[in-house]
Amino acid sequence: MLSSTRPTRRTAARTLQATAGVAAVALALTACGAAEGSEGGSEEDGPITLKVATFNDFGYTEEMLAEYTEEHPNVTVEHVKAATTDDARSNMTTKLAAGGEGLADIEAIEVDWLPELMQYPDLFTDMADPELDGRWVDWKVQQATTPEGKVIGYGTDIGPEAICYRADLFEKAGLPTDRKEVAELLGGDSATWEDYFAAGREFVKESDVAWYDSAAGTFQGMVNQLPAAFEDPESGEPKDLGENTEVKGIYDEITASVDDELSAGLEQWGDDWVAGFQNDAFATMLCPAWMTGPIEQNSGGIEGWDIADVFPGGGGNWGGSFLTVPASGENAEAAKELAAWLTDPAQQTKAFESAGTFPSQLEAQDSEAVQSFTNPFFNDAPVGEIFSTRAQNIDGAPYKGANYFAIRDEVTNALNRVDITKSTDAEESWTEAVEKAAALG
Amino acid sequence: MAVLTPQRSAPGSGAPQRESRRLGFSQRLGRWDVKLSPYLYISPFFILFAITGLFPLGYTAFVSVHEWSLLGGQGDFIGLQNFADVLAHPTFWKSLVNTLSIFVFSSIPQVIIAITIAALLDQNLRSATFWRMGVLIPYVVAPVAVSLIFGRLFADQYGLINSVLNTIGLDSIAWHGDRIASHVAIATMVNYRWMGYNALIFLAAMQAVPRDLYEAAVIDGAGRVRQFFSITVPQIRATIIFVVITSTIGGLQIFDEVRLFDATGLGGPDRNWMTTVVFLYDTAWGNQHSLGRASAVAWLLFLLIVVIGLVNFLVTQRISSAGPTKKSKRKSNTGGNS
Repeated sequence: MLSSTRPTRRTAARTLQATAGVAAVALALTACGAAEGSEGGSEEDGPITLKVATFNDFGYTEEMLAEYTEEHPNVTVEHVKAATTDDARSNMTTKLAAGGEGLADIEAIEVDWLPELMQYPDLFTDMADPELDGRWVDWKVQQATTPEGKVIGYGTDIGPEAICYRADLFEKAGLPTDRKEVAELLGGDSATWEDYFAAGREFVKESDVAWYDSAAGTFQGMVNQLPAAFEDPESGEPKDLGENTEVKGIYDEITASVDDELSAGLEQWGDDWVAGFQNDAFATMLCPAWMTGPIEQNSGGIEGWDIADVFPGGGGNWGGSFLTVPASGENAEAAKELAAWLTDPAQQTKAFESAGTFPSQLEAQDSEAVQSFTNPFFNDAPVGEIFSTRAQNIDGAPYKGANYFAIRDEVTNALNRVDITKSTDAEESWTEAVEKAAALG
Repeated sequence: MAVLTPQRSAPGSGAPQRESRRLGFSQRLGRWDVKLSPYLYISPFFILFAITGLFPLGYTAFVSVHEWSLLGGQGDFIGLQNFADVLAHPTFWKSLVNTLSIFVFSSIPQVIIAITIAALLDQNLRSATFWRMGVLIPYVVAPVAVSLIFGRLFADQYGLINSVLNTIGLDSIAWHGDRIASHVAIATMVNYRWMGYNALIFLAAMQAVPRDLYEAAVIDGAGRVRQFFSITVPQIRATIIFVVITSTIGGLQIFDEVRLFDATGLGGPDRNWMTTVVFLYDTAWGNQHSLGRASAVAWLLFLLIVVIGLVNFLVTQRISSAGPTKKSKRKSNTGGNS
C-alpha cells in the first residue's frame, strides 16, 4: 500500500529513502514511548507520569496542570497538543488499531468520533462514577454512554447553538437590529425553521445579500434535532433513505430556500466562505459557542455581528469534546482521577476563560465567570448567558450509529450539488443520494 | 574458481599441500571480494526496499483478501470480494477517469513547457545560475502552501482569476462546479510545482550534448529551431523518456492538491475531481473504514501503474530503435549513463 499512497510524486529511490527515514523515526519513537510507559510502575503511590493528549485548545494551561501535581505530588502531568482534530484522530485510531501502544493515558475525543469508537467499548476504561452524577447536562453524558451503560468519556465543552447575525445588514433591509427583537422576529421561544426561512425571504426581498452561508451547514443544524435521523436506534440498522420522510422534509425545506436565493452557496471552511465574511455574502448563520472565534477571525474590520438568543426548532448542539482513558494504559485509575479533576466545573470555568470552550458542566455554566462573560466583537453580547440558556434548551442527544456520517455525507453531497456546484436540480440530486446511500455497506 | 582449479592440480604431488591451500584461500577471498563486494555495498538499498517496499506490498495483498476494518482489525478471509466491491463501485471508475484526465492535463504540458524552458536556459544568459535556480523555486515551496495560494486563485466566487475574468467582461469559470475546469485547476498546481524541476533535468542533459554538433549544424546553415529539433531533442531522448516515466508515475498518484482543493478534500459533492489515491484514502480513513477494500484499490492502482509502465517501456523501445543507426548507437550510450 505504501507504494501507492505516496502523497507526492518523487522518484522511486528518493521515496524509499524518505520512507526508510520515517520508519526509523517511528521505530525510535515507539521505543521511547515504551520506555516511558514502563517507567511509571504500578505501585499505588509511586511516582507516575500521566500523558494528556488534546487538540486545538482545550484551555488546559500549564498552571492548571501544575496545580494538580501540587495536590498529587506523585503525579507529573504531561500535556501533548495536536494542531488539528484530524491529526489527533488519525493518530489515535492508528494507535488503537495497533493495540494501544503509544497512546496517552488520557485521550481527548470529539463528539463526532463517538459513533465509531462506541463500536469498540472494550478499548476504553468504563468511567461511570455515581459521585459525578449531575455534573454535566444530561444529554452530554448520554452521548458518551453505550447501550450497555458504559461511560467512555467525561464531557469537557459543548457547542450549544444560537443565531449569529449582521445587525448592519439587517438595518439596511429594514429588519430590527436589537438582539431581543431579532430573537422575536425569528419566533422567540417557540421559533421554528419555517419562521427562520420566512424571515430570510423578507430579508432577501430588500437586500442583495444572502440569508445564510451554506445549505449543508444549515442542514446539519436541522438534522441534529431529529432524535434518530438515519438509523433505527433499536437495531442500529440504517433506515431506507428513500422512505425517510423526516430527512426528505428537511431537504425540501432547504432546497426550496436555495431556490429563493436565501443561500450564499458557500462551502463552510472553504476559501470562498472565508472570503465571504469580508464581502457581506450572508447575513445570518447557525452559531455554536465555538463559532464566535472563527467569525471574529474571518471578519476582521467588519462591524455589526451580533448574537440572538434564539434557535429554530428548540435547542441544538454542534460539536464538543470528551476525555477518555484508553483501556491499554497502565495507570488507568490515576488517569481517570485526573480526567475527573480536569472536567470539574472549577477547571472547566478556567478553561472557558482561557480558551472560550463553553463548559458542559451545569455548575460551571451557572458560575459568575461564565454568566457575566460578554464578547466585545459581537456588540458586547452576553455570550455566557445566551449560550447557557441555549444549552438548557437542548432536549437530548440524537442517536448516531455506525452509518450515521456515511449517510449524512451523501445527503450533504446532494445539497452541495444543488447549493454550490449547481450541477443538478433538487429532485435528481436526492435520487442520486438515495442510490448512493443504498450502495454503502 | 574455474581458474583456480587447474592451478591447484598443477603442482599436484610436488608442492606441499598446506602452502597451496593457504594461497588458494587468500585468492578465493580476493575473488569473493571482487565478485561479492559490489553486491554487498548496494545491498542496504535493497534490504531497505524489502522492508519498506516489498513487505508492505505483500502485506497489502494479504489485507486485501480479508475483511479488515481500521479499528476492528483483521476479519474473515473473503477471497476477492474486496476487489469485486471496488470494481463495482462507480466512484472508483470515476476516480480513474479523473486521474487519467488530470494526468493528461498535467504531464503533457509539463514536459513540453519544461523542455522549452530548458532550451532557453541553455542559451548564453547573463548570471545563468540565478535563472536556473529561479525555475527551481516553485519546487521548494511546500505542496500545502502551493494549494493554499492556488485555492485563493481558483475560488469560485471571490477568486483572483474569476475577478480578473469579470473585469475584462468574461464570465466566471466554475472551478469547483465544472469537471474539466477543476481538472485544469489541479493540473495547474501540479505543473507549477514540477515544471522547474523537470526543466533542470532537461537542462543537465542538454549541456551534455557535444557542442561540435551545433557548430557543424551552423556551418550547414541550420537555424535555432532546426538545431533544437534535429540535434537537441534526439540527443536528450533518454532523458525525455526518464522524465515522462517519472511524471507518469507521479501523475497517477496526485493527492495533496486534491485534498486541499476544497474544504472537504474528497473531490467535491459529485466526486468530480477525486483521484484514485484520494478514493483509496477515503475508503480506508473515511466513513467506510475498510482497510481491506483500500488495499484492493492499492493493488489495482499498482497493477495499473505496472501496465502503464510497460506501455511506456514498449513505446520507449520503439523510439530508441527508430532513429538512424549511428545516432541510436550514441544514444544507447547516453541511456546507459543516465
